[in-house]
Amino acid sequence: MSRVGPLLKVSGLRTEFPTRDGVLPAVADVSFEVARGEVLGLVGESGSGKSVTGFSILGLIDPPGRIAAGSLQFDGLELVGAAPESLRRLRGKRIAMIFQDPMMTLNPVLSIETQMVETVLAHDDTTREAARQRAIEALGRVGIASAPERLAQYPHQFSGGMRQRVAIAIALLHKPDLIIADEPTTALDVTVQGQILYEMQKLVRESGTALIWITHDLAVVAGLADRIAVMYAGRIVEMGDAADVLDAPRHPYTRGLLDSVPAATQPGARLRQIRGSTPSLLRLGPGCAFRERCDRADAECATPPVLETTDGRSVRCVHPLELA
Amino acid sequence: MSALLRIEAVSKRFSKKLDAIEKLARALGAAVSDHTVHAVDRVSFDVDAREVVGLVGESGCGKSTLGRLACGLHAPSEGTVRYRGEPLTTDPGVRRPIQMIFQDPFASLNPRMRVTDIVGEAPRVHGIVTRSDVSDYVAELLQRVGLDPSFAPRYPHQFSGGQRARIGIARALAVKPEFLVCDEAVAALDVSIQAQVLNLFMDLRDTYDLTYLFISHDLGVVRHLSNRVVVMYLGRIVEMAPTEELFAHPNHPYSQALLFEVPRLDRRRRTFVPIKGEIPSPLAPPGGCHFHPRCPHAMPRCSSQAPALREVGPGRWSACHLNEH
Repeated sequence: MSRVGPLLKVSGLRTEFPTRDGVLPAVADVSFEVARGEVLGLVGESGSGKSVTGFSILGLIDPPGRIAAGSLQFDGLELVGAAPESLRRLRGKRIAMIFQDPMMTLNPVLSIETQMVETVLAHDDTTREAARQRAIEALGRVGIASAPERLAQYPHQFSGGMRQRVAIAIALLHKPDLIIADEPTTALDVTVQGQILYEMQKLVRESGTALIWITHDLAVVAGLADRIAVMYAGRIVEMGDAADVLDAPRHPYTRGLLDSVPAATQPGARLRQIRGSTPSLLRLGPGCAFRERCDRADAECATPPVLETTDGRSVRCVHPLELA
Repeated sequence: MSALLRIEAVSKRFSKKLDAIEKLARALGAAVSDHTVHAVDRVSFDVDAREVVGLVGESGCGKSTLGRLACGLHAPSEGTVRYRGEPLTTDPGVRRPIQMIFQDPFASLNPRMRVTDIVGEAPRVHGIVTRSDVSDYVAELLQRVGLDPSFAPRYPHQFSGGQRARIGIARALAVKPEFLVCDEAVAALDVSIQAQVLNLFMDLRDTYDLTYLFISHDLGVVRHLSNRVVVMYLGRIVEMAPTEELFAHPNHPYSQALLFEVPRLDRRRRTFVPIKGEIPSPLAPPGGCHFHPRCPHAMPRCSSQAPALREVGPGRWSACHLNEH
C-alpha cells in the first residue's frame, strides 16, 4: 500500500447515459484528487453531475450508462475497467458510501443487527459474536445510545436522523479510507443535521478518513470542507481551498451561486440572481456551458474553456473574475 | 388598526380511530384510547396588512397545519381564525382572499391539465373573468410570474421545477388574493432558481400589496423575506419577534439552538456542537415545556409546568420560565 500521493486521483472522467434523444454526458472531463484525511466538498445544483461522479467512483453506474473515458486511481489501483470482483472487495471495505435517503440503504425487513453483521462478514473472516461487537462499537461511535438494544430493532423503529446514523455506522464498520457522502443531511432537520455534521467531522478527524461530501448547500460545506469543487453541467468549473473559493470566487457561476444564498445578502434586498435555468445536457453545443446565463460572456466563450490551475486554484473560464 | 389575520387560541387535533384489534382490546378491558396528535396547540398571533411573517420550525412542529388553518383548508378544532374581523370560512365554494402556495411543484399541479386550465379554472369559476377572456387573463398572469405566455397550452411535465413553482404562484394569484400562505414554497428549488423565485415574491408584494405568511424550515430564506418571525416547536409558539431582533438576540433556548445550528457561509471549518436529542414524537410530547428534555437550562418546574407565551420586550414574545427571573 503506497502512502505517498493522493488517495484518490480522478482524471478526465466522462460518464455517459444513452437516451432516446442521444447520448447524455452527465459527467465530462472531471479531474480532481483527494488526499488522506481531507474533506472535499463537491457542490452543484440538480443535474450538475455531482452524484454521478460519486457513483462512478464506486462503479455503481448501471448499464446502459457507462464510464466512457478517464481514469480513477484509488491508492494506486485503477478502478475503471477493474473486474467486478475486485471492485466488490473494495466497496464497503475501503470505500464506503452514504446516501441521501437512509431508508433506501437499509433493508426494511432485516434487523439492524443482521444488516451490520452481514456487512462485517462480507469482508472479514470473523465470528458472528465479534462482528456483533464491532456493530455495537460502530453504533456507539455515531452517538446512538443503548446500542445493544437498538441493534435488535428494525429500520422503521428509528427516526430519520437515527437511520442516517445507522447508515453512517455501517459505512464505518470497516474503517474505510474514503467515504463518499451524497447529500446525507439534506432530508434532515437543522438540529439533527448539526448532530450528523458533528459526528462526521469528529470521525474524519479521529480516523484520518478522506471524505467527499456531495451537496447542493454551500453553507454546509463552508463549515466542513477543506477544499471545494463546484460543478456545473457535468464539469468542474472551479476548485480550490474552501475559504478561497467562498471568499473570492473566480468563476462567474460560483459568484452567482454565492450571491443567490439569501443569508449572504442584506435582508430584504433583491437577491442577485442568475438568470435563466440549467441547460439540457443533450443540447449543450460547443463552448462554455454557462455562457447563456453569464454576464461576462462574449464571442470567445464559444470555444470550450479548459480547467486552468494556478497555485492550487482551478478555474474553467475564459474571463474569470479577478482576485481582489 | 386591527390585524388583517387574527389567529385566536387555535388548536388542531388529528385523531386516528382505533382499528378492530384495538377496539377488541378495549372491549376486553385494555386501556386503549384514540391516537390523537395535537398538531397545533392553542396558538395565537396576528398578521397585519402588508406584513411578511415567517413561520419556522422543524418537521412535525405544526407549521404546515397552521398554514392550512390560516387559509381555511382545515377547520380548527378549537379557537377562531379571523380575517378582517370575520371568522374565516372553510366552505370550498367560496372565493378565498387567502391563497396557498404549496411546497412540491411536482405534486401540487394536476399532471393531466394544461397550464391554461390550471391557472384559468378558478378565476372562471368564481366569475373573475368570462370564458372568452380567460386566455388573455392567463397570458397576463404567466407574464407577471416570468413565464412565456406561449407556454399556456403545455402540461406540467414539460416544465422545470422553477417554472412549475411559477405556475403554482400564477394559480394562486389568479383569484386576486390579498394574502398568500407560502408553505415551503422554495424548498424544492435549486439555490439559483430559489433566488429568482424569492425576488418574484418580493416584486409581487409591491405590485399587488400582498401580505405573506411564509412557512419555511430555512432560516436564511425567512430572515431575508420576513418582518417578523414566529418560531414553533411541537405545536406551540415558543418565540415571536421582529426578524432582526430574533436573529441578533434569540430569547428562547430552542430559538438559540436553531439559529446556532444553521450552516452559514461565513462559518468556516467550524466545530459543530450539536444540541442533544431529537424532536420527540408529537403523539406523546413531553409534559411541561415540550423542549425541556433537550434544553441546556432545564429546571425542575420545566417538566411539570408549561411556560406561557409572555411579552419580554416591545413586540417580542417568548415562552420560557427563564424570563421570570
